[in-house]
Amino acid sequence: MKSLLKILRDFPAYLWSGWGAIASIFLFIAAWDIGNQVYGDMILPSPLETFHTLATLFKDPDFTQGLMITLRRAMVGFGISLVVGTALGLLAGFFVTASIVSRPIVTILMGMPPIAWIVLAMIWFGMGDATVEFTVIVASLPIVFVGALQGTRTLEDKFEEMADIFKVPLMMKFFDIYLPHIFSYVFPAWVAALGMAWKIVVMAELLATSDGLGADLAMARSQLDTASALAIVVAMVGLLMVAEYIFLEPIKREVEKWRD
Amino acid sequence: MARLKVENLSFSFGYDTILDNINFEIKEGEVVSIVGPSGGGKTTLLRLCSGLLDRQDGKIENSFETQAIAFQDPRLLPWKNVIDNIAFGLKAMGVSSQEREARAKEIALKFDLEESDFEKFPKELSGGMSQRVSFARALVTKPKLLFLDEPFSALDIGLKRELQDHVMELIADKEITIFFITHDIMEAIRLSDKILLLAPDPGRIVKIFEFDVPQSQRDDEYVYTQTAKLLSDREIIETFELEFK
Ligand SMILES: Nc1ncnc2c1ncn2[C@@H]1O[C@H](COP(=O)(O)OP(=O)(O)O)[C@@H](O)[C@H]1O
Ligand SMILES: [Mg+2]
Repeated sequence: MKSLLKILRDFPAYLWSGWGAIASIFLFIAAWDIGNQVYGDMILPSPLETFHTLATLFKDPDFTQGLMITLRRAMVGFGISLVVGTALGLLAGFFVTASIVSRPIVTILMGMPPIAWIVLAMIWFGMGDATVEFTVIVASLPIVFVGALQGTRTLEDKFEEMADIFKVPLMMKFFDIYLPHIFSYVFPAWVAALGMAWKIVVMAELLATSDGLGADLAMARSQLDTASALAIVVAMVGLLMVAEYIFLEPIKREVEKWRD
Repeated sequence: MARLKVENLSFSFGYDTILDNINFEIKEGEVVSIVGPSGGGKTTLLRLCSGLLDRQDGKIENSFETQAIAFQDPRLLPWKNVIDNIAFGLKAMGVSSQEREARAKEIALKFDLEESDFEKFPKELSGGMSQRVSFARALVTKPKLLFLDEPFSALDIGLKRELQDHVMELIADKEITIFFITHDIMEAIRLSDKILLLAPDPGRIVKIFEFDVPQSQRDDEYVYTQTAKLLSDREIIETFELEFK
């Protein structure tokens, strides 16, 4: 609760520090506009046209519905990864054997290209929600798992000893010693997994479903509608940026403030 | 009367004998110092006496109700600020958050930490500041038995003297019993009733020095003469491998 207030209190200062980021985004848009002037509207529509298309897209109920579907799939997949990955990672971290056994499996999971998972999932689950959600989970769960595992494995005995001398009760030990340390590993993993989930969901939709942002993207491609394709990309990137910079980054700053 | 009594204590890490047949006793209200070269097993002895390490051979009787340690490495929680670190032991005891904050602030100021330091995280503290926070965390719980493991090693002489004076006040009132590890012989002489000389490889007590003059009556001259006397003691010279030309 206290940290939540602190996050809110530091928020204006944080926003102020965002001017640099905004300047760099404008620079990027300027470069994009130059690209448009060189290559023409067919290859690279201008930023203005793209944002225009984006605005009309958002007025189209079909599009917003598709966006909701995509969001739902991403959140379901990410939510399951978050809960299950964290739980398994913590569990594995507390047992040496489990962490040794799980390492190679995680390496295989992480090394496997997502596109291969999509193909397999299409065979197993057909076209639809399950395929997309499954792919999101296999791609993002290992990231969360590794974060939780590392957080647990790196807990230090010296703090345990210190706590024992002060006869710290179990609950307090958990909240004051284990949790802050583990959370500082798990939280960045959650953020990384969320980014992964968002990318994978669109890719899986593009190949395996007839609705959602990915499907819209596939449609735009088949109709050579570059402006729509770009607008959808901008929407995807924009949503991820909002999530990252408005919600996650301030929390991350608070969580990691004590770190070197 | 509570006491810490160690009898025929031996300890090894694997095949390395670290401590060999240690015997001594600390009575309530006493200050007993352990001096000896580093690597001699002082910290290991402290961990055994405080119950952090399981005893292998011999007997340890520790009948003090409460105890606290200022560890050699300060062991401050990196995610807690100065005040919350100091108040950590109080929180474990169930002291209300208002009271523990007040007590932590009071002792912090007494230890020459400044109000502007209160919100700092350990990463922003100097070695000496961390040691003071760690010492304050142990002391603020008002333990009956206090273990100090080279608590002043990173402090300059002025601050060291101030904290020693603080310890002196506590022992004058006989409020506390102290098991004190130091490598500063002068400091040991100023503060202790007894000094145990721990020789290394394997760690054993080769000599015990006792001081009858109460701590409050030990002036600089007393401390200097006693220090000179100890430094010319044959066992001390051999244990620390001092060579005077
Ligand atoms: N956890 C441990 N495992 C193995 N050896 C240890 C451990 N802790 C200390 N030692 C060894 O025990 C000896 C005494 O260490 P210590 O008690 O820290 O000495 P001191 O505090 O006098 O410097 C050293 O040789 C050290 O390497
Ligand atoms: Mg030591």
